[in-house]
Parts: sequence; structure tokens; C-alpha cells
Amino acid sequence: MIEVRDVSKSYNGRTVVDRASVALPKGKITSFIGPNGAGKSTLLSIISRLIGKDEGEVLIEGREISQWKTNELARKISILKQSNHINLKLTVRELVSFGRFPYSQGRLTKEDEASVDEAIRYLNLEAIQHKHLDQLSGGQSQRAFIAMVVAQDTEYVLLDEPLNNLDMKHSVQIMQTLRRLADELGKTVVIVLHDINFASCYSDFIVALKDGRVVRQGTAEAMINPAVLEEVYEMAMDIRLIGGNKICVYYT
Amino acid sequence: MVNRAASWKIVSLAALALALVALFLFLHVGNWDYAIPRRSLKIAALLLTGCAIAFSTAVFQTITNNRILTPSILGLDSLFMLLQTGIVYFAGSGSVLVTNGNLNFVLSAVLMILFSAVLYRFVFRRGQQNLYFLLLIGLVIGTMFQSFSTFMEVLIDPNEFQVVQGKMFASFNNVNTQIVLISAVVMLLVTAFFLRSAKYLDVLSLGRDHAVNLGVPYESVVKRLLVIVSILISVSTALVGPITFLGLLVVNVAHAFFRTYRHRYLIAGSMLIAIVALAGGQLLVERVFIFSTPISVIINFVGGVYFLYLLLKENRA
Repeated sequence: MIEVRDVSKSYNGRTVVDRASVALPKGKITSFIGPNGAGKSTLLSIISRLIGKDEGEVLIEGREISQWKTNELARKISILKQSNHINLKLTVRELVSFGRFPYSQGRLTKEDEASVDEAIRYLNLEAIQHKHLDQLSGGQSQRAFIAMVVAQDTEYVLLDEPLNNLDMKHSVQIMQTLRRLADELGKTVVIVLHDINFASCYSDFIVALKDGRVVRQGTAEAMINPAVLEEVYEMAMDIRLIGGNKICVYYT
Repeated sequence: MVNRAASWKIVSLAALALALVALFLFLHVGNWDYAIPRRSLKIAALLLTGCAIAFSTAVFQTITNNRILTPSILGLDSLFMLLQTGIVYFAGSGSVLVTNGNLNFVLSAVLMILFSAVLYRFVFRRGQQNLYFLLLIGLVIGTMFQSFSTFMEVLIDPNEFQVVQGKMFASFNNVNTQIVLISAVVMLLVTAFFLRSAKYLDVLSLGRDHAVNLGVPYESVVKRLLVIVSILISVSTALVGPITFLGLLVVNVAHAFFRTYRHRYLIAGSMLIAIVALAGGQLLVERVFIFSTPISVIINFVGGVYFLYLLLKENRA
């Protein structure tokens, strides 16, 4: 369980995250939603120690994040940011192997190789595992990076806008994979999402942020609600039930 | 598979380096007792410098995730020139600080290491540490040092300027046993200090976010590596003069030659290429140009052409 308590962060006097408190339940998918500049990515980066916080605490399994050794933490929680431009001559398999660094410190054992194989299979990358990253399409490269996180085999998986720049087909593939990570492997998945309907269809819990504050949090069922969404996005949304999923219609 | 290919490349580079070193040592030996010790000394200085420069540039480029930077952006070379010019300006070229090589070496090395310590302290004092801020400060201060040097250079007597000019270009012709020994000891100690961080280099090349995610204690590792880089640069610059451009050249050739991200090969390869370039360059200087040009002129010329090629290639990609 990850608990965020009254976390604040500001840059040069401008508050980006303002006393945010969130609880992220185990084995579920939690989505962070909210307008641009709401502090979603910043909060995710704070939870994963990529950036420091000014105030408050982040408790991972009851222990404050600063009390963890960074290498122990790398076996507990992983983060994938949205822009992953790597200027290296790397194959998919080599990239995925980096996910084992917290365990092997660079010298892969047999078990590490097995985990890498498994992660590659999990994301259907077998056919392209020896291709170089710069030869891949956007969807393939996103899958390769997610495979690296899967190989890292952490209980908590944090992803910052994993659907950025992907078409519908690839977005659905990625979301289905994340769903499987939670359902089959019991991972706790936390994602920042812009597409409210993906959040509605795939997540168990939704946390809504606005101006650095957590304005609402709850089950997806409770959160996909015209009143809540209007408060968050300041626009009216029509919500329809299609095929058992709540779909927000806001295009016109 | 890849590893075997890379290992073969390392072996053949090592053979080439060895051949050049042997050629340098044993070509036209007239008087063995006179020539061999002198040549060995040069070769020792050359090996030390080549390895130090190649290693520190490779590490520096990994830390900054940038393939066209060299540690000279930290301003150490400019500080070296400022010191040399300052000595001649204030004390004259007859001063013991100029004529006594050992004294000059120790003074330059210590001053450069102190300078980088102060620079790091100043930049990292504020909690938010930003590598690019450090580079910017280094660049600005380096430019300031250069301007001061130029200012003094235009004021001094032209004959005195000749002495300063001699220091501007790296040269292996005026090293002596003592400073080579000191340098070797310092570099060995630094290498021992480095070994703890060696495993992190490959991960660091993925960039900060990935490195932190994979459990690298990023801040402390980067600080430690920066200290190592500046000590190596300081010692090698004090030993033979400013030659950091060589690093840019050899590390990029190593990247093109090995096509791998693994630092084990990249660093070893860069060092060997540096030795090949220096030993080959020094042979050219001594046998073809008969000492009419310093080695760094050759290296800067070849390096400059390669650098332009690199820029054009990056531009097109």
C-alpha cells in the first residue's frame, strides 16, 4: 500500500502540488486524471522519488520513502515517464535486460534472463527483440519500455501517460496489458491518463487532481459521474452506458 | 555473439597500440642507453594522458548524456592557461615557477583540483542539483579565464609570449620521471576510487529518470564521477598541457567502431584508440615533421575535421 500524506511541491513560489493526500490500494489500477497542469505527473514523480517533495510524506508499505535504500526501492516500485528518448544503440532485449539491474547490478544470472524472456513474451515482443530501438514504431517502443518495467518485477508500477502519442489499437493493447498485470500478477498499477474513457473502462480507482490539489478520489464507478467530472474539468459531460462501460461524451 | 566481436576489436586495437608503442620505442635507436629511457618516459606520459583523457571524456559524456561535450567545458583547461600566463605576466619567464617543471606541475594540478572542488561545492550547495547549471557555470567561468589570459598575453613582451605559447599546446617533450610517477600514482588511486561506481555507468547512460528508477544512487554517483573526471583532467593537463579535444575524438570513434552501449568496451576501446592516436601522432611529429609542430596541432586538426563531420551527420539524422 502506498499512502501519500499532505504532500506539497512548489517551484520558485509556484505551487504545483498542494497538500495532496492519496491512498493507492494494492493489486488495483488507479488512474490520475485532471486537466493539464493539475500536477498529476509531478505527484507521480514524487511518489517514485524522481523528484523531491517540499512537505508531507510518502509511505510505501508504512515506511517513508526517504527511509528506503534506493536500490531496495527499485525492487518495490518502478516508474516509466512519458518521454523515453534514449540516444543509444540498444536492442529491445538489451533495454528489457536493464530492468533486472536492481537485482543483478549489471551481471545477469539465469533467473534474470528468464525474467527478461518472460517480460518479452508478456508484451509480445519476441519477434522484434533483437531490433534496435530506433527502428521501432511508437507503439512498439512503448511496449518495449513497459517490458523493461515488467522485467523489473516490482509490486508497484507507475506509468506517466503511457498512451501518449499512441493510436487506438495500441492504446487498447497497452491498457489490456496493464489490466493483466493487475489481475494476473497482482501488481498495483498507477497511471496518469488523459483519456477519461480509458480511465473509466480500465481502472478500479480514480484520483482527480486540479490546480495541484486532489479534488476527488474514489472507485471508478463513483468518479465517472457528471457532477464530479464537471467539477474537475469545468465542462459538461454526457455519460452513457455502452456495453456495460460508462462512456463520457464531450466532443461537441 | 556481440561480446565476441567486441572482444576481437579490443584485441586488434591493443595489438595496433602495442605495435605503435614498440615502433616509437625502437625505431632508429642510436644510443640505447640514452634513447630508451627518454623514449620510455615519453611513452609513459603518453599512455597516462591518453587513458586519463579517454576515460574521463567517456564518463563525462555518459553523465551528461551528450556525445559532443568534453570535460573542458568545466573550465579546467582555461584555468591552466590562465595560471601559466599569469606566472609569466607577474613573475616573468625566468621565474622558478616556469623553469622548474615539478613545481609548475604540482601547482597547476592542485589549483585545478581546488577549483573544481569549489565549483562543485558552490553548484551543489543548493539542494536542487542541476548538472546543466554546473556546465553553464563552468563554461562562463572558463570563458572569463580565457579572456583574462588573452588580456595578459597581449600586454607581455613578445619573447615572453613565446613561453606562454609553448604551454598552449600539449607536448610530450618536456616531461620528467618525477611528475610521471606522481601522475601515475594519482591516477591509480583515482581508478581504485572509481571501481565502486563502474557498474552504474551503463544504467546512467539511459538518463537520470531511468537510472533513479533502477536504483542508482544518482546524486552521489554523479558527484563521485565528476570528482574523478576533474582529478584526471587536472593531472593530465598539468602533465602535458591542454589536450581534452582528443577525448571527444577518441570516444566518438569508439562509439562508431564498437556500436555498443557497454562501457566495458567503450572505455577500454577509447583508451586504446587514444594511445594509437597519441603514439601515431607523436611518431609523425618526430619522424615526419621533425618536431616542427606540436602533437596537439595534429590532433586538433584531425579532430576538428571529424567534429565537423559529426555535426553534419547529426544535423542530417
